[in-house]
Amino acid sequence: MNSTMSLRVFAIIIAVAALATLPLWMGGIYYINVASQILLYAVFALGLNVLVGYAGLTSLGHAGLFGVAAYATGYMLQLGYGHTESILVALLVGVASMAVYAVLSLRSTGIGFIMITLALGEILWGLAYRWISLTGGDNGINVPKRPAPFGYSLSNATNFYFTTLIVFLLVVVVMAIFVRSPLGAALRGTRDQPRRMNALGYHVWAIRFYACLFSGLLTAVSGILFVYYTQFISPQTLALTSSAEVLLMVIAGGPGTLLGPIVGAGLVVIVKTVVSGFIERWNFLLGAIFVAIVILMPDGLVPGTTRLWRLATRKRAPVAAKTEGAP
Amino acid sequence: MSSESQTSGEVPVLELRQLCKSFGGLQATREVTLRIMPGDRQAIIGPNGAGKTTLFNLITGIYPVTSGQVLLFGQDVTKWPSHKRTAMGMARTFQVTHLFPGLTVLDNVLLAIKGLRRSKFVMWRFLSSYKEVYDKAYHLLEQAGFLDRKDLEVRNLSHGEQRQLEIVLGLASDPKILLLDEPAAGLSSGESTDMAKFLMKLDPKLAILLIEHDMDVVFDVASQISVLHFGQILETGTPKQIHSSAKVQEIYLGTD
Repeated sequence: MNSTMSLRVFAIIIAVAALATLPLWMGGIYYINVASQILLYAVFALGLNVLVGYAGLTSLGHAGLFGVAAYATGYMLQLGYGHTESILVALLVGVASMAVYAVLSLRSTGIGFIMITLALGEILWGLAYRWISLTGGDNGINVPKRPAPFGYSLSNATNFYFTTLIVFLLVVVVMAIFVRSPLGAALRGTRDQPRRMNALGYHVWAIRFYACLFSGLLTAVSGILFVYYTQFISPQTLALTSSAEVLLMVIAGGPGTLLGPIVGAGLVVIVKTVVSGFIERWNFLLGAIFVAIVILMPDGLVPGTTRLWRLATRKRAPVAAKTEGAP
Repeated sequence: MSSESQTSGEVPVLELRQLCKSFGGLQATREVTLRIMPGDRQAIIGPNGAGKTTLFNLITGIYPVTSGQVLLFGQDVTKWPSHKRTAMGMARTFQVTHLFPGLTVLDNVLLAIKGLRRSKFVMWRFLSSYKEVYDKAYHLLEQAGFLDRKDLEVRNLSHGEQRQLEIVLGLASDPKILLLDEPAAGLSSGESTDMAKFLMKLDPKLAILLIEHDMDVVFDVASQISVLHFGQILETGTPKQIHSSAKVQEIYLGTD
C-alpha cells in the first residue's frame, strides 16, 4: 500500500517535471505547439469526462459549448473589450449555455441524453454558420493578439505552452479534489443507482445539474485556450466531428479516471497533427486504433494498462513473500 | 419517547387516506387507508400482482397518486418528491438489491449518511475529511455486525449479506419509519431466519412497514398484518387472526 503510494507520488513528480521542462528537451516550436494542443484538449476531455465518466451521461454536443466560449472571447475582443473582460464573459457564456443544455437534456439519460445534446450542438453549429452578423459565418472571427498577463507575452510558443500547462495542472488538481469530494461521490452514486440515491435523500437531478455546470466550466476554459492558441474560430470547431473527437479521447483513455482523458487527448492530438504529416489517411489510423482499444481494453487505455501492470507485478509477489518468510 | 403505540393523542408516523392509483384502465391501488404509529411493526402480504410494490412507490413518491393522500407525521406530502420525504424521516429498501456494487461496504454507508447532509454538494473538500460522518458509519456498521467486512467490495458479499446491508443503508438517515420491500427476497431459509433476527434487533421506536412473501419472517417480525388483494386491503389483524382467516387462505391457495 505504502510503496504504491510513494510510487505514485514519484510518477507524478516525474511527469510534472517532464512537462515543465518540455520546451528544453523538445526540439522545435512545432512540437511545443503540439504539446500545448494536447494540454488544452486534455482540459476539454477532462470536462467531458465529468459527465461521461462520473455522471454516466454521454454528451455529443460538447463541441458546441467549447465553440460558444471561443466565439464569445473572439466577439468580445472584436468589440474592443480587454482580455480579462472577454475571458470572464466567455466563461459565463459557456456555463450559461451548459445550464440551458442541462435543463433540456437532463429530462432523460442514456440515448435520450445523447440525442438532445447532439441536437443542441448542431443548433449551435448552425447558428455559428448562419448568424453572420455575430459570428462572421464561414469566415469566422480572428483574434489578432494573445494576451500578455503581468507583461508576460503569450505570443511566442513557449510562453503560451507554460500558461496552458499552469491552467492544465490547476484543472487536474481541481478534478482530483472533485472526484474525492462528497459531490463527486454522490455523482458516481447517481450514475450507478439513481433510484437508491433518491431514496437516500439525494436530489438526483440537482446533482447531475451541478455536474453539468462544472463540466461546462472546464469546457469553456479549454475553449478560451483554444481560441487564443489558434487565434481564429470558425464553425468547423463546433461540428459534430469535434464532439465525437473529444468523446473519443475520453473513451479511448478511460472514462471515469483522472488520467484517462489526458492520455486520450495525447493520443488523438498526436495522430491528428503529427502522424497525419506522414499518413494521409490518418482518420483511418485513428479508427483502427480505436477499434483495437475497444477490443483489447474495453474500459480504456489507462484502466487496461493498470490491469496489465497488476497482472505483471502480482506474478512476482508470491516469490517475494516466500523469500521474506524464509529467514 | 413514544414507544406505546395506538395512544389516542399521538400523530401517526405514516397515514394513507383513500389512496388510489390507476395505470390506464388498471386500478393497481384502490382506496387504501392505513395508519402507522411510532414503533408499529406492520406487514403487508398478498399474492403476486396484488399491488404491494406499487403501494410502496406511492408512499415514497416514485409514482404520482391518482387520488387520495399520503401523510407523514400529520403533514400532507402527497405531492412531495422522494428525497424530501426521506428528509422527513422515511427510508426504504428495494425488492431488487439497489446497492453500489463497486464500492466498499464502508463507502456505501458513507454515501447513505451523506444523503441528508447539506454538505453533500461540497466539491472542494475531501469526503474523507468529514470525521463525524465516518464515526457514524462505524457506529452503524458495528451495530449491524458488518464492521469486520467494511473494506470488502459489496459485489463480493453474499446475497443474504447484501440484503442486510440494504437495510443498513436505509437506517443511515435515522428514519422514523422504514419501508422494507421484501427484505427476504431470494434468501435461503437459514438466511431468512437471520434476516428476521436482524429485523427484530432494530430500534423498537422505529416504525416498520414490511412487504414480504416469506411468512416465517412476517409472523416473526410483524405485530399487525394487512392483506392486499387486487389493490385493496381485504383484512387487517394480528398474525394469529390472519393465519386462521378463511378469506386469506382462499386468496393464497385459490379456489377457482
